[in-house]
Amino acid sequence: MSPTTGAPSRVEIKKTYKLYIGGKFPRSESGRSYEVYAGGASSGAFLANAAQGSRKDARDAVVAARKAFPAWAGATAYNRGQVLYRVAEVMEGRRAQFVAEVRASEGVSERQAEAVVGQAIDRWVWYAGWSDKYAQVLGGLNPVAGPYFDISAPEPTGVVAVLAPQASSLLGLVSVLAPVVVSGNTAVVLSSELRPLPAITLSEALATSDVPGGVVNIVTGRTGEVAPWLASHRDVNAIDLAGAAGAEGVVWGDLEAAAAENLKRVVRPAGTGPEAVEPDWTATPDLSRLTAFLETKTVWHPKGR
Amino acid sequence: MSTSTAPRDAVDAPSRARDILGASRLTNESLTAWLHGLPGVDQVGCEARAAMLGTRSIKTTSKAWAIDTAISMIDLTTLEGADTPGKVRGLCAKALTPDATDASTPRPAAVCVYGDMVPFAREVLGEGSGVNIAAVATAFPSGRASMPVKLADTRDAVANGADEIDMVIDRGAFLSGRYLDVFNEIADVKQACVRPDGTAARLKVIMETGELVTYDNVRRASWLSMLAGGDFIKTSTGKVSPAATLPVTVIMLEAVRDWRELTGEMVGVKPAGGIRTSKDAIKFLVAVSEVAGEDWLDPHWFRFGASSLLNDLLLQRQRMRIGAYSGSDYVTDDSPSLY
Repeated sequence: MSPTTGAPSRVEIKKTYKLYIGGKFPRSESGRSYEVYAGGASSGAFLANAAQGSRKDARDAVVAARKAFPAWAGATAYNRGQVLYRVAEVMEGRRAQFVAEVRASEGVSERQAEAVVGQAIDRWVWYAGWSDKYAQVLGGLNPVAGPYFDISAPEPTGVVAVLAPQASSLLGLVSVLAPVVVSGNTAVVLSSELRPLPAITLSEALATSDVPGGVVNIVTGRTGEVAPWLASHRDVNAIDLAGAAGAEGVVWGDLEAAAAENLKRVVRPAGTGPEAVEPDWTATPDLSRLTAFLETKTVWHPKGR
Repeated sequence: MSTSTAPRDAVDAPSRARDILGASRLTNESLTAWLHGLPGVDQVGCEARAAMLGTRSIKTTSKAWAIDTAISMIDLTTLEGADTPGKVRGLCAKALTPDATDASTPRPAAVCVYGDMVPFAREVLGEGSGVNIAAVATAFPSGRASMPVKLADTRDAVANGADEIDMVIDRGAFLSGRYLDVFNEIADVKQACVRPDGTAARLKVIMETGELVTYDNVRRASWLSMLAGGDFIKTSTGKVSPAATLPVTVIMLEAVRDWRELTGEMVGVKPAGGIRTSKDAIKFLVAVSEVAGEDWLDPHWFRFGASSLLNDLLLQRQRMRIGAYSGSDYVTDDSPSLY
């Protein structure tokens, strides 16, 4: 990476990252870590060690997310929007780091990585802007046969488990995470198994912005090991299975079946049939990922004559 | 060891204390000399031992056993100024059916309420449910009242049908060295626990270790409480922080172990306050087994004073049964409490 000079070459410091749970950076309860290679293939150059989260780390993350939920859901939409804008600002400040990590992780060119990171930050801002607007679009006054105001308003569903996309390590991650938290849900993210570095850097961006601890929790590790525990967890209200595509040892149908046990909302991975595919994240999204994690509350209010 | 309660009720505490102290008359001086003659507690060593006991890994069938044992040792507690008969009835209903999704869940040992709430608890629990009613008495939690008031408080709770009485000692007297006053207080309350038919409510002596400052004082208060006839020594009211810590409980477990060496009688131990997770509870069970011995691994001799602990144990129990993590939607919602 560094240009060779005449002076004795400096030994590069290889990082060993930790998890991001409840606003803190704990080691995995299991004490394990795993090696991350460039391009997500073990033939690539060694990049860093990531914590190999266990089911108990996922459990702790759910507890943290549950604890953070009332305050985050109760914050005003405007406030949530401001907090998420701030995340985009911090991401912008770490742009170079994101570009380097996306480049190394996904094996793309410098220019492509630049474009992806720019899009990811824009995507975050795009969702942040929806914070105080989606309720007007998705909710509203229902015409009813009687002297009532009948109002439907969307509310966050609760704790959402997110299997982050395996291939698109930053743009894909932002595209699944931002729509979850913008409406007041709290998230437990299982990062891309082989390309976790952008997710780890995003957790550092989140920790140094105004996002309250526990709103986003990021667990790195083996998707096939941890995902079933999140899918079956009774205190998780919804799960996004985007990351089932291309993950080793993951059958998304099994995860959906486990999720049905407590009637979780499930967002299936793209594709038809049992084969999950990862969609093209560069396309401008619609509101479907946002609406997937909302409940509709309808209020009847007498209005007299 | 079930035989040890019956003769114990008949024990005349002052005369036995004279025997143990080897004094012809029980005076504050003789008590002071004896209590201060107890070996001091090695603070660092005690904390290291407690920390070491907390590192044991209890898994699978052992864990299942520990969870069930811990549930059966809970004194399910509500001690708030805002308690109502309805809240006490709810607590008792929970004691009778801790987990409606699993009838094999054991019941806690007792419910612990203020004395005036005992009739409402009895209404729900009836007789023969296996769940005792414990009442706090003697001007709980401060213990600041005159002796006649404390005794009346105790008699009232016993008359209302309490099976167990949780009394607080006068910490002010203890800390200023008036050990005889504390001794007499406990012995008198013990007398007040006797019912007209000659049976007696079991007496738990709350030492409020969070106010005793040193571990040496915890050891002295433990011995003083046992000497005066307490059936149980209990760490805290739950109103003072720190409440039940593992080192303090280890000291108390050592005291009851040594007391059995000395007198052949068993005294119970009840840590109360601040124990909220299954993990914590299992650490205490390890300490009981390692320090006092397996005889104490019985709801008759070891209790947890807790309220939110039960839900965490139930969640762990469900987790082991269904093979997936459970959540707070699957246990009853209790009002927040300091316990």
